[in-house]
Amino acid sequence: MRLKHQGIGMADTTETPGLAVQSSLGGDLMDRLRRSAEYVVIPLLALVFSGLLFSIFLLSLGKSPVDFFSLVWRGGFGTSFSWQNTLVRSAPLVFTALCVAIPARLGLVIIGGEGALVLGGFAAAAIAVPMIDWAPSFLILGVMAIAGMLAGGLWIGCVGALRHYRGVNETIASLLMFYIAVSILNFFVEGAMRDPSDPNKPSTRPIGSDNMIGVIPGTDVHWGLLVGVVLCALLYLLMNRTTFGFAAQIAGGNLRAAKAQGLPVGRLVVVSCAIAGACAGLAGFFEVAAIHGKANASLIAGYGFTGILVSFLARHNPLVIIPVAFFLGGIAASGGLIQRRMDLPDATVLVLQGLLFLVILVSETFYGRFSIFKSKGGTQ
Amino acid sequence: MSKFEFSRRTILKSSAAGLAALSSAGFPRLAHASDLTVGIVYVGPRDDFGWNQAHAVAAAALKAVPGVTVVEEENVPETIAVQKSMESMINLDGAKLIFATSFGYYKPFVLDVAAKYPDVEFRHAAPLWTEGDPKNAGSYFGYLDQAHFVDGVAAGLSTTSNKLGFVAAKPIGTVLRNINSFLLGARKVNPEATVQVIFTGEWSMPVREAEAANALVDAGCDVLTCHVDGPKVVIETAESRGVKCCGHNASQAPLAPNGFITGAEYKWETIYKMFAADLAEGEPLPNFTGGGFDVDFVRSTPYGAGATEAAIASADAARADVKAGKPIFVGPINKQDGTQLLAAGASFDNYEPSLDQTDYLIEGVQGSIT
Repeated sequence: MRLKHQGIGMADTTETPGLAVQSSLGGDLMDRLRRSAEYVVIPLLALVFSGLLFSIFLLSLGKSPVDFFSLVWRGGFGTSFSWQNTLVRSAPLVFTALCVAIPARLGLVIIGGEGALVLGGFAAAAIAVPMIDWAPSFLILGVMAIAGMLAGGLWIGCVGALRHYRGVNETIASLLMFYIAVSILNFFVEGAMRDPSDPNKPSTRPIGSDNMIGVIPGTDVHWGLLVGVVLCALLYLLMNRTTFGFAAQIAGGNLRAAKAQGLPVGRLVVVSCAIAGACAGLAGFFEVAAIHGKANASLIAGYGFTGILVSFLARHNPLVIIPVAFFLGGIAASGGLIQRRMDLPDATVLVLQGLLFLVILVSETFYGRFSIFKSKGGTQ
Repeated sequence: MSKFEFSRRTILKSSAAGLAALSSAGFPRLAHASDLTVGIVYVGPRDDFGWNQAHAVAAAALKAVPGVTVVEEENVPETIAVQKSMESMINLDGAKLIFATSFGYYKPFVLDVAAKYPDVEFRHAAPLWTEGDPKNAGSYFGYLDQAHFVDGVAAGLSTTSNKLGFVAAKPIGTVLRNINSFLLGARKVNPEATVQVIFTGEWSMPVREAEAANALVDAGCDVLTCHVDGPKVVIETAESRGVKCCGHNASQAPLAPNGFITGAEYKWETIYKMFAADLAEGEPLPNFTGGGFDVDFVRSTPYGAGATEAAIASADAARADVKAGKPIFVGPINKQDGTQLLAAGASFDNYEPSLDQTDYLIEGVQGSIT
């Protein structure tokens, strides 16, 4: 708990991590609660405020905000079907959000997780196809998962390496490499690896329904969601309870200081990016192995980009990513119902997401501004 | 697929016959239609002047039928999202008939949901249903190449450079078939005509479509047409460059008040109303239905200002011929590589199964698949 709030957010430049660490080490329980409350109250207020802004938007369109939010509830969370709908849509977001959150601890803004997802999915399908005739399904799935993680890890790992060794901006590099990833996918599924039996939708050959990942019993939700949740917990531990995570946060707080301390900054950057890419690659693996059964252009569904929003809303905390992914999955799940019942275009939900993103980013500037959240023996 | 082709022809014919009976009766049964909720899922926006709009126009026609409620969802990607959209329509709106209108919706999503909800009927807009797929699923589609053939006839008489331009999305079967039919239409009335094709590589890539359209005009083409999801950009570019154009998927006539000749349009409302009527009557829906002008599944957009009287007369005659079953593919026809497709005197029936697997362009089409 003590270190968790030292995440590298956009507004954290005003804080000095070293001082904060010392003070919370010395603070008593009330102080810690008081300081923790800030990280709950401000996001909640931001949520409410963006809801209000969005209501004004709806009213200007002549639509009822009450109807809208009750439909969001019904479509996303109100029935058992809605919950499953929400969870299914959340699963890839958990992975792609991790692709943003892990490098963010180092102060890196990676927005090209979509590319790692696409390549991860493609690699998984590509390696499975020659195996389906002889290998048992557990072996195929295992190899697929590893291939997906390797492909995604290498992809974003390259972004990290470019950043560290060549000084290339990681945000732009990861975004542009997304387009390269799409071209690689298209090159193979429309060429050498195309399934000749399907002339109208270029895809790899199917991995076979026997080799697909099933659903969690009693639900419609595939096992990927559970893996995602476990992964969030593991990466939380990695980033908050190990020397690796500690070193990453030091490097994120002050790169020069970290170098001066002799921390292997280059390795931290590349490894963090590779872990991040592996997470997105796993998302691609589950899309292929649990949903599509083959790789094709349907992998490019925008999960990587929504994952950016999830990670920022979660302030790059792997544990918080889980509920935030459910929240955004629920909004996505209710989008259809809102279109059908309120005759609003599908972009309405995107407007809400955009407002949320903006308000949350602006709300970051309020941390440390309210004395009520400050510890008595405060840092300033 | 090949084992299935035989029965498919039978189904085509029987659905055509059933439709003829139905349309002559003017859908009187719908007066007694009990409440039916129909869900329609689109992959893009409903006002794209293209594929999705063609379905949305039909949805609007279906809404006018008493007792039928239509619920629609647009911009639904070909992922688990479409499965959940369909389930949401069933669970939260009570839909009993679902039209899934994008190619990639079928496998695995329509198949999975159809197996899960045996009481709901699912129909998908591409010829993919085969024996062994769920009985409550099925395919419907229009043979748009028949309308592209008619476009080609009109275009062949509208060109002075004898160069026709075709902006195409991906080099897949249906697209290649439409290009070939367009050329055959043009060649029928103008043996000098050639079709120059540029593939954009994507179903919707407006910037590249505009570049392609401009490049074709620069190369001397004076009539443009296309096969992309939303032909808006191609038609607008043609109009602004002062050349004529033929439409695709839906009506683009309003976009080109000067140069629009005619267009190849789907008429999905024929099928949608037919299925709604069948369900209201308690009759089983066909698993496989498709056709062209003969069953009123496709149509030509009303002629625009770009159509000359000669073009109108020849296009009308060509449409009547196709409707009567006169073949489009009449030999001699060679493929681009010089190999023979049809010898002199030979012809393909307009529903020849091998045409569904078209993987070639024919001589007279300039441009490469690869």
